Amino acid sequence: MLMNLFKFKGGVKPPTNKTQSLGKPIAQAPIPSRLVVPLHQSIGGTPRPVVQAGDRVLKGQLIGEADGWISAAVHAPTSGTVLEVAMHVQPHPSGLDALCVVIEPDGKDEWIPRQPLDYKSLAPEQVRERLQQAGVVGLGGAVFPTHGKLTASKTVPMEEMVVNGAECEPFITCDDLLMRERAEEVVRGIGIFRDLLQPKKILIGIEDNKPEAAEAMRAAVKAVGETFEVVQVPTLYPAGGAKQLIRVLTGKEVPAAKRSTDLGVQCFNVATAYTAWRAIAHGEPVVSRLVTVTGNVAEPRNYEVLIGTPMDELLKLAQPKPDTDGIVMGGPMMGFLVPASSVPVVKATNCLIAHSDKLFPPKAPEMPCIRCGACAQACPHELQPFEMYWFSRAKNFGKTQEYNIFDCIECGCCSFVCPSRIPLVQYFRFAKSEIWAREREKNASEQAKARFEFKQLREEREKADKAEKLAKAAAAQAAKKAAEAAAEGSAQVAVETTAAPVAEAAPVDAAKEAKRATIEAAMARAKAQREAVQPKNTEHLAPDQQKAADEIEARRVAAHLIDAEPAAAPAPASEKPE
Amino acid sequence: MFAPAPFLLKDASVTKVMTQVCLALVPGIAAYAWLVTPAILIQLVIASLAALLAEAFMLRLQGKPQAIFLTDGSAIVTAWLIALAFPPLAPWWLVVTGTVFAIVVAKQLYGGLGQNPFNPAMIAFAICIVAFPALMSQWPNAGLQVTLVDQIKVIFGLAPRVDALSGATPLDAMKTALKLAEGSSSVGQLLANTEIYGSFAGRGWEWIAAGYLLGGLWMWQRNLITWHVPTAFIGAMLVLSGGLWLYNPAEFANPLFHLFSGGAMLGAFFIATDPVSGCTTPRGKLIFGAGAGLLAYIIRVFGGYPDGVAFAVLLMNLCAPLIDLLTQPPIFGMKDKA
Repeated sequence: MLMNLFKFKGGVKPPTNKTQSLGKPIAQAPIPSRLVVPLHQSIGGTPRPVVQAGDRVLKGQLIGEADGWISAAVHAPTSGTVLEVAMHVQPHPSGLDALCVVIEPDGKDEWIPRQPLDYKSLAPEQVRERLQQAGVVGLGGAVFPTHGKLTASKTVPMEEMVVNGAECEPFITCDDLLMRERAEEVVRGIGIFRDLLQPKKILIGIEDNKPEAAEAMRAAVKAVGETFEVVQVPTLYPAGGAKQLIRVLTGKEVPAAKRSTDLGVQCFNVATAYTAWRAIAHGEPVVSRLVTVTGNVAEPRNYEVLIGTPMDELLKLAQPKPDTDGIVMGGPMMGFLVPASSVPVVKATNCLIAHSDKLFPPKAPEMPCIRCGACAQACPHELQPFEMYWFSRAKNFGKTQEYNIFDCIECGCCSFVCPSRIPLVQYFRFAKSEIWAREREKNASEQAKARFEFKQLREEREKADKAEKLAKAAAAQAAKKAAEAAAEGSAQVAVETTAAPVAEAAPVDAAKEAKRATIEAAMARAKAQREAVQPKNTEHLAPDQQKAADEIEARRVAAHLIDAEPAAAPAPASEKPE
Repeated sequence: MFAPAPFLLKDASVTKVMTQVCLALVPGIAAYAWLVTPAILIQLVIASLAALLAEAFMLRLQGKPQAIFLTDGSAIVTAWLIALAFPPLAPWWLVVTGTVFAIVVAKQLYGGLGQNPFNPAMIAFAICIVAFPALMSQWPNAGLQVTLVDQIKVIFGLAPRVDALSGATPLDAMKTALKLAEGSSSVGQLLANTEIYGSFAGRGWEWIAAGYLLGGLWMWQRNLITWHVPTAFIGAMLVLSGGLWLYNPAEFANPLFHLFSGGAMLGAFFIATDPVSGCTTPRGKLIFGAGAGLLAYIIRVFGGYPDGVAFAVLLMNLCAPLIDLLTQPPIFGMKDKA
């Protein structure tokens, strides 16, 4: 079928470097000596650990329970013993630690009982829950919990579902090989998504530098008997960005402020579809993924790797060359150097590139921006990176937002083309994180202010309540005393006060005088307090102000708006919780 | 530690950009040296040396790394544009004064590379034509009957400036003749003077302009400049000069004459396209180019200076930030189709 493709502006053509790792089929990476499985492997809530040190776990056993709807469960990648649940350094640019379950494999690789499901007999809600429990997340690198994307918008009909097999980053070939070798399961996984979302059209986008993958997918679509369209898109980085692929295949542009479902389109990675199929049809949670191991190595290859495998152990399989001095996780355009070579493979790890200065020469010194505009021409979101750079550098973050810094997808095209070698993306990340930090600070101080004001209000109200109670008690006392005087015989008086230290009970005859004095004192106190809580902003008025106030008061009385008596203290207006 | 992503970078640098700009000037320079005078090569060297020395001095004062900034090529581009904009037999100190002023004041005092709000070469031209109007207006005709050695002597003040050397630009000659003659002379009669005029513009100069056009097209093809500024510049000049020419061909020269005279082609491709001091948005570039083209024509035909490109570009430099602010293009996903 002939299809009209759209273009996105900008983009770059870095050398693809893909052939190196395409020579051999996918290999199974051996079980490592130790698995460090981070609990937080998706965007959203951090799963709660459900195992502890000493527990024996089976392959696929739940070790971290999803925390909230946008969160996905985590499972033991193989059978073995939990050594500890502790903080370990993460494959993240921050180099921060996060809670991990460390497992010592027993080598048996013994599965939990797997329960294949006929998802067609299940309610959509159950399928989504199942995917969440199986830890299915976006394996393109964003690791958004997949079940969260499988609900169509209530107002916008779902037009197209885009399946992302573009894989535009140089060096990475794991999706390519997945499509070549396991196309049918990918197609069946797409079928699950289709049944949940009910789109009118399913478009599988593959960059035209992967003809074998496209062919395999076409054959699989035919074999399964689906109507999905496999579309070869021009090879242009970042054609595999969800928004770019959506643009190319549907012509729709998803701005930063909107979700693609609002435009009737949703996008999934091919590997995500594959794991969804494994989870539903085989009852296998996500415990492994395909990882391209390439770069400065003798034997670049794709491996199926258990989540939690230390990266250095995996890299060894590909025989890194002696001058390797680091590991890049992800592609060379958006990836980052991991803070330690022992960090584990996580669900977001699609590629490891052994780094060397020969492969990626150190950058020339940063020169001043000459406003040549090459960045703006390369930006796939049609931003003006040099303006954002200027204002980021000047820490004028308001201006960066005016130039739509939050639409930046950090693809690196601008840095790639910059003749002044300015690490533009770094400046934008810096600006974004500063804006977030300030936003958080602002929210925190606003909350503190609200708390303080509420506390003040509450204290005032309590004071007023107390005064009112005292006054009531005093009045009751007075009435009772009058009654007593009339009856002349009663022995005891119950005095109800909450705070005023009034004598509780006393022989009337003996202590009558003392008691009257006490009561009078309490009444005087109450009166003073009542006066104290009455509005005071009308005191100390200038004569003309007083006159005006009196006139207003007179008019109000005339209009029966108020009684002659001033109103009680107003009820607290703020209902903000502490 | 390593630099952050992207790890792959395009083979590009400021030096490379500037070198290519210089290369693009070569056809024009070659025609200049061949058809008018090889003395231009001497001027190019003088201006380059002055620019590098001034730049080195200023970098040293500011404690900036000299090796990096002296080799970025930006000072050379400025120097070459100054040399090409000044009369080829201008005394050496005039070129040096202009160049030093351009580098020290117009560039480094504003913060150096990338910070100057005005085109440094055009600042040099403007300053010198205001300060030394006579020296800046003496242009030799093509086919100069003076040996190169004598020309060099003139440049270095070792020989007297004889009348044979001095003339006016073809543009100036035409303007003066039309104004002085007051109706008794027409454009057609003037253009028939083959000593000054060639096929359609100044004799020799038209081919220099054609050389700049060629270099400019090459820069466009190499993606060093976009089409917006030159097209708008040339288009605006074409429309204005064409309209007036159609209105009265005896009083106004044809568009071809204007496009291939003076600094029109150099301005359209090499000066108005300066990214630092010009506009950056596509629509802004169109406005910038058109404004510069219109002003250049108005100044050269109705104003007091022989050519208007320098002042036109400087005036548009003034407006560039505002134009940029008002012409920000809509971004991905925010184009209002309605």
